Amino acid sequence: MTLVLESIQKRMGSFTLPNLDLEVKEGEYLVLVGPSGVGKTVLLEIIAGLLNPDSGNIFWRNRNVTSCAPERRGFGIMYQDYALFPHLTVFQNIVYGLNSRGLPRIDVKERAISAAEMVNIVPFLERLPDELSGGEKQRVALARALVVAPELLLLDEPLSAVDMHLRRRLQRELKRIQEQTGTTFVHVTHNVDEALTLGHRIGVMLDGHLRQIGPPEEIFRKPTDREVARFLGMRNIFAVRVGGQGFCEANGVKIHVGERPVPYRHIWIRPEEIILSREAFESSARNQFRCVVEDWDYQDILVRVVVALENLRLSVMITYKSFDKLGIDRGVELMATFKSSAVHCF
Amino acid sequence: MFLETRPTVFHLILLLLGSLLLLFIIAPLARLMLATSSSELSGAFGDEELWSSIWLTLRAAGIATLIGSMFGIPLAYLLARARFPGRALVLGIIDLPIMIPHSAAGIALLAVIGRHSLAQKVSGPLGIQFVGEEAGIAVAMAFVSVPFLANAAREGFAAVPERLEKVARTLGATPSRVFFTISLPLAWRPILSGMVLMWARGISEFGAVIIIAYHPMTTPVLVFQRFNDYGLTYARVAAVVLILVCVVGFTILRFLTRPARREAK
Repeated sequence: MTLVLESIQKRMGSFTLPNLDLEVKEGEYLVLVGPSGVGKTVLLEIIAGLLNPDSGNIFWRNRNVTSCAPERRGFGIMYQDYALFPHLTVFQNIVYGLNSRGLPRIDVKERAISAAEMVNIVPFLERLPDELSGGEKQRVALARALVVAPELLLLDEPLSAVDMHLRRRLQRELKRIQEQTGTTFVHVTHNVDEALTLGHRIGVMLDGHLRQIGPPEEIFRKPTDREVARFLGMRNIFAVRVGGQGFCEANGVKIHVGERPVPYRHIWIRPEEIILSREAFESSARNQFRCVVEDWDYQDILVRVVVALENLRLSVMITYKSFDKLGIDRGVELMATFKSSAVHCF
Repeated sequence: MFLETRPTVFHLILLLLGSLLLLFIIAPLARLMLATSSSELSGAFGDEELWSSIWLTLRAAGIATLIGSMFGIPLAYLLARARFPGRALVLGIIDLPIMIPHSAAGIALLAVIGRHSLAQKVSGPLGIQFVGEEAGIAVAMAFVSVPFLANAAREGFAAVPERLEKVARTLGATPSRVFFTISLPLAWRPILSGMVLMWARGISEFGAVIIIAYHPMTTPVLVFQRFNDYGLTYARVAAVVLILVCVVGFTILRFLTRPARREAK
């Protein structure tokens, strides 16, 4: 383990980080995801040495760095608002860290240029931060942080200040740069999609606790509890009564789940795995219900349709094309079909 | 701005009240200027006592400002950044000199820089005398005017986002390097304007100065002495010359410290 946080505690006003343990692997891209206000920024500042924890220890490559000053820790940080020095040009921003370390002038220039090339900002070197767009600022902040070759880069909501299209592009760029430099990244965000796209591993933080950490597939497939699942935007989570072999009852609706280790108290049916159709059809899927469309809304590139089967409300994700083809509107009667293996029990 | 919309009765009331206040400031000064004939003014140019007092006043206030800044700027930075118990008390202490009557401030100062004070015993061998000396005048000016600098500088530092300093630390800068390369360059405008205010307040100080040093005479003291000894007309010329010097000086300084115009994107 490269970075180990051991029982970190911090109280700040009304906010507390109760007792946090975290391990970060060498060269990984770790994304901590959680709603706003759970102390993700505080955690990053504690790692960087900008805030002292009330108790607990921080180890970097087996060395205790808890009381080490930020400038000697050598962890870079990148904030949501980029925190570019407004009185310095892009070039001066980038070389700030190199000059602080007293590097020879000739090396400084060379390294600054190559960092600027990596993030494609060479044409802006003489501009002031105020003259840059959001995306450009983000690249400058990245170049400034990376030029000093930090072994660990902390990213605090680095993409939340840019629009969706740019965000996608910058996500790819972050991923590429992380792979290219091999720097360990710890990135915090409230955006689940961003976490899934970027993280080698994802940590879910709720009320100051790290509730679950693991590869994206694992988090998504096996959320440890209902709150994690709900936060991750997982719709269709129901409390159930286990009803004998291979099925359970959710709000009075009998659902086939196949062979499952008992006990479990909740089920989760992925909205993408439910099929909507006009008529009933023969298939291997064990669950098929008559339902009524209650509502629908646009979700990025898909449409989320809420259907009611008796007392159970299911969210179903379908494409625009299917949406038109099925002639969906409120009150339309449809069939909802899903396999028992699409039901996740926990 | 509301001037770009249709003015309402409310706006007219604001305008009326504001204009009256401006008139209140301008009228006495204008009256003073107009009452002074050009022959009186030209006579003042040969008045060596007056010019040496003006020079003394500007210089003593300047020294007070520089020394006040040396201690006031670090304190302002601390107060802008550190949260500690008793911070509110420190802020209150800084404002004290504005609140207490300045003649009382002069008396209080006399106790610590007077002829038999500890400060005088320490500085005496170095050739520094306070009472009746320029050094004493500067101390009196500094005491009453340093709050203006300390408060302006504190606000200036507080307006610098703390994140900039944090980022600089993670980039390898020590706290002192952060101060000199980030905080100070970004806060210099409010600091300089605080220095100008402090200097101006020092120049205009009368109460505390006259108690520490009647001689050598600063211009406010000279105006008072001439008013007492020779009457209004004679005192007025000295007052007008000092006001003119100040107005010209501060206009230049305001111009130099004006906020930079943002370039069009």
